[in-house]
Amino acid sequence: MAERMGFFTDTSICIGCKACEVACKEWNQLPDDGFVFEATSYDNTGALGASTWRHVAFIEQSRPVRVDSDGGDGGVDGGGDGGVDRWLMSSDVCKHCTNAACLDVCPTGALFRTEFGTVVVQADICNGCGYCVPACPFGVIDRREGDGRAWKCTMCYDRQIGGLEPACAKACPTDSIQFGPLDELRERAADRLARLHADGHAEARLYGESPDDGVGGAGAFFLLLDEPEVYGLPPDPVATTRDLPSMWRWAGAAALSLAGAVAVTFTGTFTGAFAGGRKGARR
Amino acid sequence: MAECHPVGFQWVVEARARGAKVFHVDPRFTRTSALADRHLPIRAGSDIVLLGALINHVLGNELDFREYVLAYTNAATLVSEDFRDTEDLDGLFSGFDPETRTYDPVSWSYADTPAQAPGEQLEGGRYHAEAAGADRYGAAGAAAPPGPRTDPTLRHPRCVYQILRRHFARYTPELVEQLCGISREDFAELADAITANSGRERTTTWVYSVGWTQHTVGAQYIRTASILQLLLGNVGRPGGGILALRGHASIQGSTDIPTLFNLLPGYLTMPHAHRHEGLDDYLATEGGETGFWGHRRSYLVSLLKAWWGEAATEENDFCFGHLPRLTGDHGHYTTVMGQIDGTVKGYFVVGENPAVGSSGGRAQRLGLANLDWLVVRDLTLVETATFWLDGPELETGEMRTEDIATEVFFLPAASHVEKEGTFTNTQRLLQWREKALDPPGECRSDLWFYYHLGRLIRQRLTGDEIDRPVRELTWDYPEEGEHRDPSAQAVLREINGVGPDGRALSSYTQLEPDGSTRCGCWIYCGVYADEVNQAARRRPGSEQSFVAPEWGWAWPANMRILYNRASADPEGRPWSERKAYVWWDAERGEWTGYDVPDFERTKPPGYVPPEDATAEAALAGTAPFIMQTDGKGWLYVPVGLADGPLPAHYEPHESPVGNPLYGQQANPARKIYPRPESPYNPPESPRYPYVLTTYRLTEHHTAGAMSRPLAYLAELQPELFCEVSPELAAELGLVNGEWATIVTSRTVIEARVLVTGRVRPLRIQGRTIHQVGLPYHWGWGGGGLVTGDVTNDLLPLVLDPNVYIQESKVMTCDVRRGRRPRGPAMLALLEEYRRG
Amino acid sequence: MVPEAEFRSYYGRPVIKAPIWHEPHMPTYLYLGGLSGASSVMAVMARLTGHDRLGRTARVAAALGASAGAGLLAAELGRPERFLNMLRVFKPTSPMSVGSWILAVQGGLSAVAASSELTGMLPAVGDAALLATGVTGPLTATYTAVLVADTAVPAWHEAYRELPFLFAGSALASAGAAGMLATPPAQAGPARAVAVLGAAMETVAGAVMERRLGPAGEPYQLGRAGVLMRSARAQAAGGGLLAAVAGRSRALAAVSGLALTAGALCTRFGILAAGRASAADPKYTVVPQRRRLDGERPT
Repeated sequence: MAERMGFFTDTSICIGCKACEVACKEWNQLPDDGFVFEATSYDNTGALGASTWRHVAFIEQSRPVRVDSDGGDGGVDGGGDGGVDRWLMSSDVCKHCTNAACLDVCPTGALFRTEFGTVVVQADICNGCGYCVPACPFGVIDRREGDGRAWKCTMCYDRQIGGLEPACAKACPTDSIQFGPLDELRERAADRLARLHADGHAEARLYGESPDDGVGGAGAFFLLLDEPEVYGLPPDPVATTRDLPSMWRWAGAAALSLAGAVAVTFTGTFTGAFAGGRKGARR
Repeated sequence: MAECHPVGFQWVVEARARGAKVFHVDPRFTRTSALADRHLPIRAGSDIVLLGALINHVLGNELDFREYVLAYTNAATLVSEDFRDTEDLDGLFSGFDPETRTYDPVSWSYADTPAQAPGEQLEGGRYHAEAAGADRYGAAGAAAPPGPRTDPTLRHPRCVYQILRRHFARYTPELVEQLCGISREDFAELADAITANSGRERTTTWVYSVGWTQHTVGAQYIRTASILQLLLGNVGRPGGGILALRGHASIQGSTDIPTLFNLLPGYLTMPHAHRHEGLDDYLATEGGETGFWGHRRSYLVSLLKAWWGEAATEENDFCFGHLPRLTGDHGHYTTVMGQIDGTVKGYFVVGENPAVGSSGGRAQRLGLANLDWLVVRDLTLVETATFWLDGPELETGEMRTEDIATEVFFLPAASHVEKEGTFTNTQRLLQWREKALDPPGECRSDLWFYYHLGRLIRQRLTGDEIDRPVRELTWDYPEEGEHRDPSAQAVLREINGVGPDGRALSSYTQLEPDGSTRCGCWIYCGVYADEVNQAARRRPGSEQSFVAPEWGWAWPANMRILYNRASADPEGRPWSERKAYVWWDAERGEWTGYDVPDFERTKPPGYVPPEDATAEAALAGTAPFIMQTDGKGWLYVPVGLADGPLPAHYEPHESPVGNPLYGQQANPARKIYPRPESPYNPPESPRYPYVLTTYRLTEHHTAGAMSRPLAYLAELQPELFCEVSPELAAELGLVNGEWATIVTSRTVIEARVLVTGRVRPLRIQGRTIHQVGLPYHWGWGGGGLVTGDVTNDLLPLVLDPNVYIQESKVMTCDVRRGRRPRGPAMLALLEEYRRG
Repeated sequence: MVPEAEFRSYYGRPVIKAPIWHEPHMPTYLYLGGLSGASSVMAVMARLTGHDRLGRTARVAAALGASAGAGLLAAELGRPERFLNMLRVFKPTSPMSVGSWILAVQGGLSAVAASSELTGMLPAVGDAALLATGVTGPLTATYTAVLVADTAVPAWHEAYRELPFLFAGSALASAGAAGMLATPPAQAGPARAVAVLGAAMETVAGAVMERRLGPAGEPYQLGRAGVLMRSARAQAAGGGLLAAVAGRSRALAAVSGLALTAGALCTRFGILAAGRASAADPKYTVVPQRRRLDGERPT
């Protein structure tokens, strides 16, 4: 296996240009997602999905201020009011988890781990069972209507094989999306975080870079300027399959109980209580 | 910048990473604000107040870079006794004629300027102004006498420095607070930052886009920034300057090799019927004899030789007579009025979409509907080509298809990846682009179109004298490929020019006035030096110096920073090690440095020009601004501008507030079209209480012809929306995601509502002013996957008097809840508004 | 009522994707799997204890349940023609892979057992197959609990302990009901007992689950899922009680069997609805995770 490759998305320098979204769709020849004005800041994409493998989130924030409920005819002064002081932008993508629930639960082997350590769907194998969809703790993978198969970011597996960086990283004008060996990216991210902290941005934090988290660390991790849920990310994601052995044990117990229950009903006094059975049969 | 120039914005991000402090001044909090250190919300149209107050701050506290200012600007120059400032005349400069709404600029000149031609003939005068003559200053300044009287102590009351002090004295932080809506604290932070980051060791740069140009005082906005930058010593130095971000790819190229009515290539003015009879006559009035512009005969004669070849001779003025003549304003909006009036019968529209992309779309469409013929060349069937079938006037009943006699020819065009050629970016950098694939079907490049159109026209010419200018044109480009595409390389080589030996020239300094050289655009001379396409060079930045001279080619002479002599002190030493760029090497007796020196290589700093010297020889060794007749940076413009030698704050043509500075409300020289097709909102009208500003989004391009047909872009911003503050939304009952109707006296449109705290109400002159933002990417068709009402239909037809750009960044409007009425009901609503 | 938890989200959008499985396919399949699995066990016991008439019913129910279930499962696929890709690999980490193999075996065995019973051919083979379904049957009835629990859907995942019992109970009730409906009452005594036990197990497991889940169990109580789950519980209780007293009354047995079947179906539909609701509201994803994180942090 080659070196594990990954994305480091530094949202502190994302300008929300959505070049990543467009480059991704161009390269991967994805269909559009419909033309709907969402009225959620500049985000009309909404979420990652079967046909959207990069999604730029836009979050408008104000400094905490007292909100006047009686509104009336405004009377608001310039500056220091409820106006937006911070506009967070962040390009979300498949996390390519170390412990990838989608890959684990796929019954056909359509999802597999590549030589780059990424998680990819083989479109010619996937039968569209849809199990990976609710399994993903980040809500990334989805089944495409009309096509019937599950789709998600491949980290441009084909480009990587050709020695090229993924389309989104290539298109990103500010290097908010960085692609490279995961170890190297983690070092770079730690440096960037230290720099931001030194500059007084205590709110900066890394997300998904720790191998100790619930998914064993993400192959695509982020530098965020607020809590993950603000960006639509789960604050403490866990690969559901972590609990699978335990689930099977409980299911096994239930199976035994079921068998036991049936066995009991066919034996002895318990059945007698239900006024029928053998007596009737004899008659 | 992040919104409309995301790729260029990477350098701002990089600068921030290196410690630069970034301020963003904009009515709205945009993607740029998101990555700036500070966002200063400003009332649209009040920028001269802000910049003027910064100038006042610099002058009042003597924070100017005095050594630079004294040596390199006209601060010490004395101005004529006849000059009267706006401060004296309540908002007018001396020389204004209310009849013609033009200035006679004679009184603005330097002291003791010898008697000149009548004012209307002067640069900045009536004839010059009516042809937007100031466009020429894209390459060189206007003609002012070299060596005027000066007072190096800067104490003389009529020296430029003192005039500036008086002129800007009323531009105070308090005024900024009152008119711009920027608090005194925020202003102080900005003022401290720019002054602390200017001087020997540091520089500050200003970056603007069409937010500064598209105003009735657009040219003066940039002038104000120029004054500030000159005072702080930030011109001609690395990290300094004023960076203009252009609105499209290669818009710089289309002014260098112009698509403008008033210019010839290289910023040579188009001859004017009432000013320029013959070649000598033309050259006499089009600039001074000193500085490099003193060689304009060489530039023009070489151009005429490139166009008419052997037919151009000394005896026939090198075919100067073949050039068309202006008779006045032939700009876009005047042409449209001509269409409506029936004086313009035919129209070529190439890569533009005026039916939705220009101000006052209704007037545009009325003009289109009154033509005999219309040729549209574009990538898709844009609205300009289909207005007669599906335009908004059909819905309102103002037009009927069967009544429109315009014959429309639509010719599909090749896109930029389907043809080769150069782009010239805002840094004057020419970058050659290869063709990636053949255009589909009948699509052809513009080069193909004009070449073959010319070829076919020439085939039909007779021996008639009137056909001579076209018959004698050199029209002999090699053809390539199955569609007989003319060679773009050959065109670039023609632009570069050749010497008597037929070899490509390497510099504009080789051009001769005697017809022995040919050059299609003097400033581009050298782009094909050594018979090599220099614009195609692609040496990576990592393999060369930080100036990266071997990436593409920059005009003039592959220079990356203009007037870079100013990066050294008068003695030729770098102002500081940190900011060293170009300097005088005394041992070798030449200028050297990281960039190509924008100076004669061997002219020593101590050079003093002899009396009666001309051209560059007339400029001292301490005169960096070599395209100016006096070699100085002009804080005060004694000639050349149509609306005054200094910037003054005027309210936009449509403004909800009065001008507290002067009795003169708006720019007195602004170009207006008082016509019924496109009426104006009265100033301070309660009917139109809100400030409206229009702009672009990252996701789309201009009126959308290149982005709305593309699913991947259209889905990112699928509908026209208006941005309103939560306060205005509450006041009007607007609901996020639902509809609003926006009204000006031109039309009524509807848009989705985006309620956002990124738009703040401002406190202006003691009352709350709400601003409304509208992107303008939508139209009713154009092959768009998404469509919407036309924002530009709301815009007034009113122009900057210097360069004829429309005021599309600020106007007034009303906003109503819900969707607009349809059909005749919409006209009824409009009529109601117009009655007031 | 649990006080509204304060949490932050991205425009209230869900963090995870809701299960895309369709109605009625998926919940009906869950029901049929339960019916088949529990019926198999019932058939085995009937064979061992000589309840031939009931045994026949159970064998047929097991076979029909499995094959119809497999049909629904295939129809649920985005690419039904690739149904057999399910058997391309055996993946222990995928409950659906494991389940597909279980279902395939259960389907095959129960079909053999039923065919043999109905045709009288190869009785030994039929019996051997039947005995084998004694193992695959309980697994068929309960693996589906793992199937839904092994997702990021909070209402499902957090319930992984109780869901198998809920499913087992529901399966028993379904099988018992089928036995009651298709067997003369006189021979359906064990079926009624199975039904009663199943209803009881379903009711208890459901109650325990909702109590233990706390706020995460809210989706089982609210909205359409709440209606379905409450209705399921009422029908299970009613059907169970009726089964207990039905005796030889054909009418009562029919009512009870129908009620239990309806209850079992409601349970399955309710569980899907609750899963969807739980996925759709970011609260259920964010709040527990945020608590977990904050709990780990020293304050």
